Amino acid sequence: MTTILDPTDERVPIERSVTKRPTEIVGTLALLDIAKPRGNVLLDQLEAKLHEKLPLIKINRYTKPTFTKPAPGSLRQEIKANNDFVVEALAD
Amino acid sequence: MAGAILPAFALEDMIGGQHAFPEANRTVICFVKEDCPTCNLVMPLLEAANSSTKALTLTAGQTAEGNETLIERHGLTMPLLDDSTLKVSFAYDVETVPLVVLADADGKELDRLVGFDRKEWSGFFDKHLSDTQIDWDDYPEWRPGCGSLTQDPVIADRLRAEAENSPLRARKIEIAPSDDVHEFMFDQGFTDGLPVVPPTPERVMRMLAGTSRDSQELVATMPPNMAPATVEKIAVNAVLAGCRPEYLPVVIAAIEAICTDEFNCHGVFATTMGASPVMIINGPIRERIGLNVRMSALGQGSRANATIGRAVRLAVRNIGGAEPGGTERSTLGSPMKFTMCFGEWEERSSWDPLHVERGFDKNDSVVTVFAMSSGPTLIVDQNSRSAPQLAGSFGLSMESAHHVRAHNGGDGILVVCPEHVDTLERDGYTKADIRRRIQEVTTVPLKDLVADDVSGAGIDPARAASMTDDMLNRPSPKFASEDNIHIVVAGSDAGKFSAAFHGWASGPMGSIPVSRKIDV
Repeated sequence: MTTILDPTDERVPIERSVTKRPTEIVGTLALLDIAKPRGNVLLDQLEAKLHEKLPLIKINRYTKPTFTKPAPGSLRQEIKANNDFVVEALAD
Repeated sequence: MAGAILPAFALEDMIGGQHAFPEANRTVICFVKEDCPTCNLVMPLLEAANSSTKALTLTAGQTAEGNETLIERHGLTMPLLDDSTLKVSFAYDVETVPLVVLADADGKELDRLVGFDRKEWSGFFDKHLSDTQIDWDDYPEWRPGCGSLTQDPVIADRLRAEAENSPLRARKIEIAPSDDVHEFMFDQGFTDGLPVVPPTPERVMRMLAGTSRDSQELVATMPPNMAPATVEKIAVNAVLAGCRPEYLPVVIAAIEAICTDEFNCHGVFATTMGASPVMIINGPIRERIGLNVRMSALGQGSRANATIGRAVRLAVRNIGGAEPGGTERSTLGSPMKFTMCFGEWEERSSWDPLHVERGFDKNDSVVTVFAMSSGPTLIVDQNSRSAPQLAGSFGLSMESAHHVRAHNGGDGILVVCPEHVDTLERDGYTKADIRRRIQEVTTVPLKDLVADDVSGAGIDPARAASMTDDMLNRPSPKFASEDNIHIVVAGSDAGKFSAAFHGWASGPMGSIPVSRKIDV
């Protein structure tokens, strides 16, 4: 644990914030399989449910080369460039 | 000191036993560390003290690992207290170990021993622990103690930062071990785009040692957020920037200067024209902090030059809240927005240095801040052999500031290189002569400044058409006044390359250069 002192005027809380979530799902959605066994089963089920409930969205499937390492930069860029949403299947 | 109330504490021994002071007994409090030969010498004596019924003995070791070694090495049966956080040692201001302090049941100091002096120790035992049996002949007459771990500079800074009377009040941010400290600081927007030094409490404590001012003293109210810039907040940003503690007084003085109404730093940072504070340092502090005034004085490579200017900019960003895209709206920006600070090579000319011209004593250390929109722009003249020719070149080059048709303008800085100084001084030129010559060679009649097909910049032709001949022939120099031309000497001995910085909006509606004496 590293402790640092705040260099600012402290008017804003210090936090790691997640990107603001949209209120509806439209456009293109990526399903990312991290390549851990049976992650694809979960994603298959999810894809079927999504098609049923949100027939207008387009779904792209992606797979990481290995679950042991972060996704390669090229894959991250491709997902970001071609999709509005991403769902990553964490297995186990 | 005898009679003083000693700090209360509670410590665990090495098997988890709880020990507190003060208890309802006379107490002998001892501080030792394992790698101190004198502490090892007295361990049997402390063990004997522990067996005395005359007082309770509490012996605290300064490292947990060292305590284990002491117990094994000396076959100790007494509990050895774990002060590996050093908080109790710090509270007792232990300088030398072994330190032995005798307190009464109320916690008031009665007596103390430092290091080992056989006569003092035997006297102490005879007086306070008289039921102990010690053969003092087995002990040397005298042995010095060792420095307490609390005196290690790095540890001391941490302990001072964590102490109850710590001068630090800034919000503490804990960065998880799984997070990257540098990435975290980038994500929080603490940086100018380059990596910064993590402002740990220890580093900020060391930085604060660079000034005698109170950490909570308000140096300035900083635009645009009108936030309080305390000495501590400035020190945090000086750490971020990579400053050494001895630079801090310069950073503080520069921030005082830019936060004046005259300098108008909100306007300077907000303008789409893109101005930056240029800081010029004069006086004895230049040498003391290693400020570069010679080769590459305006460039990189000198820690003082680079980090003082950067600390001011980071403070404006972090404390004042001026960030590009927010209230900082420069169309193009400028590398000067990272840092621009240098010193005048006062000794290289016979001229009055900048701070003397501005009313300070030569022995004062002074920072002067200017709002400059561009620079340094090089003035290349390797051929002029007379002062009028060379100063004429300065004028012709400086006429390009903002636009060649922009006359009667505001402040500019001329940095004269040493070879050019020699040419000018050979003909007896002073800074005043240079200013006069610049105005002379740049003076044109107003009619030469009218916009035309070559350039739409200049006096509106419709307005010019309404002017009389007298008005159109009125001489118009580049600068509104010779006082707007600020001249300093810097650079290496080789090369006939001087430089100019071009100003921003000058005067009460823009920015006025401000000097502040540095508190050294």
